Amino acid sequence: MTQTETFDDLRDLYQDVILDHGRKPRHAQRLAAFDATAKGDNPMCGDRVEVWVKFDGDRLGRVGFEARGCAISVASADLMAETVQGRGKADTKALFEAFRTLARTGACPDCGQALAEPLERLAPLAGVHEYPSRVKCATLPWHALIAALDGTKEASSE
Amino acid sequence: MNVMTNPAALDIERIRADFPILSQTVRGKKLVFLDSAASAQKPRVVIDAMVNAMETQYANVHRGLHWMSERTTEAYEAARDAAAALMNANDRSEIVITGNSTGSINLLAHSYGRGVLKPGQAVLISGMEHHSNIVPWQMLRDAHGIELRVAPITDAGELDMAAFEALLEDGKVGLVAITHMSNVLGTVTPAERIVSIAHAHGAKVMFDGSQAIVHRKIDVQALGADFYAWTGHKLYGPTGIGILWGRKELLEQMPPFFGGGDMISSVTYEKSTWAAVPHKFEAGTPAILEGIGLKAAIDYVQSIGYDAMAAHEASLTEHALARLSKVPDLRIIGQAQDRGGVISFVLGKAHAHDVATLLDRQGIAVRAGHHCAEPLMHRLGLDSTARASFGVYTTHGEIDALADGLDRVREFFG
Ligand SMILES: Cc1ncc(COP(=O)(O)O)c(C=O)c1O
Repeated sequence: MTQTETFDDLRDLYQDVILDHGRKPRHAQRLAAFDATAKGDNPMCGDRVEVWVKFDGDRLGRVGFEARGCAISVASADLMAETVQGRGKADTKALFEAFRTLARTGACPDCGQALAEPLERLAPLAGVHEYPSRVKCATLPWHALIAALDGTKEASSE
Repeated sequence: MNVMTNPAALDIERIRADFPILSQTVRGKKLVFLDSAASAQKPRVVIDAMVNAMETQYANVHRGLHWMSERTTEAYEAARDAAAALMNANDRSEIVITGNSTGSINLLAHSYGRGVLKPGQAVLISGMEHHSNIVPWQMLRDAHGIELRVAPITDAGELDMAAFEALLEDGKVGLVAITHMSNVLGTVTPAERIVSIAHAHGAKVMFDGSQAIVHRKIDVQALGADFYAWTGHKLYGPTGIGILWGRKELLEQMPPFFGGGDMISSVTYEKSTWAAVPHKFEAGTPAILEGIGLKAAIDYVQSIGYDAMAAHEASLTEHALARLSKVPDLRIIGQAQDRGGVISFVLGKAHAHDVATLLDRQGIAVRAGHHCAEPLMHRLGLDSTARASFGVYTTHGEIDALADGLDRVREFFG
């Protein structure tokens, strides 16, 4: 087996986008001024994430996070922060449900046109569905974000 | 025994042929199974013994007067004899059959902890315990006023013997409950010294032998131990069965843990009396098929012999330490002098879960995480490690595959 073949094999989960956001996250910072915050904890694997949200009217303005975990959880947090910017709360929650389906099954056929564009951005994470134990790495930051929006201080990945 | 066994005498190809699962492929690749410390694979003889019992000779044990029950009882009770011989117990009645190591330790924490230890006394564990040798003692502490002490480890991952002894000095420690081999660091603890120091200070000693019994001949009388706990599924046996060995006079002092059928001598509404040891600790229908499987596993291990297994493993461990230390950015966690075939490591900045997934993609199974030893992880300043562990069927070639696989992971993360 050549090196490239092996790497091709690894790429379906660790796409360049994930490696890149995992290594150099753009939004990995605590916000100095914020309106909501929550922590997420995956007790099974020790992943931990903290999320801060600054609202812009009734929309999410900025989202920052600090994560301790694998490349997938960091990349997922970063892609999440990027994707939810400018969305309303209800919209963000709908996107979370769609993303959860994507992460669990690799697709979200019933997700509707409205979510097509943001889901497209999150699509590089769809590969986790092949690794049931890693699905939670991808969804943990979302659980924390939703907990922040709901005013609960802590979330656990189911 | 003084038989010199040549490690070359262990015919690895023949042994691998005994384990049907090893011919499986994973994600289209040949399975390289390096997670035996979590649970070992099962040889054909174990599988056959269990299937054969279900097909030809099965009924409940200890209660039927009919042929099937008597034969099944004999087959099940043979596990107790096999375990007694394996550990060189003084008597078969010193072997309590439980569900796993966790069950053995909880039984001890409950029965010895509440029945024999007195509030104000202490239990001493070490800084490299599995959660199953931490949490039961915490529960005892909170329920029964027993102090919980923790003997620290050194940076090399060995028990700090001076600190250990100092914690026994005031004579309050009634029981030392300590691992015989760390499931994270591979460290083998100096069992005889631990026993002699503990006994000199009036403390009894329980070893968590979950890992040790897979790799070393355990002679509880030579060790001088008081209790020894282990679990069948790591010793090539089935899940759902474990052993607590205890000195008979200590087991006799202990009240039962579970109440129910099989553990009584007589029952009236006013009062029940208990069966003799070990049965007073074995309430309910036991893991009959698992007992039969465990007996087959012990016979299998004995047929290979601990000398050959230990030599094979020492050679694998040496090879693995040499190969892994050549992987750039790889740091091996734990540098104990006396160690077995369990090796934890971290690879540069890559998270252990990513490392494990990328190895899995190449057909290589390792464990990643905190390995049920969170306090140890804190002591090491880590969230998680990846861990490769070896069994009797592990080959040098598989270790080479791991080292090559790690090189690829490294390049991949660049
Ligand atoms: C050192 C040690 N102690 C205890 C256990 C618990 O064994 P079990 O889960 O079979 O009870 C394990 C394995 O998981 C172990 O490695």
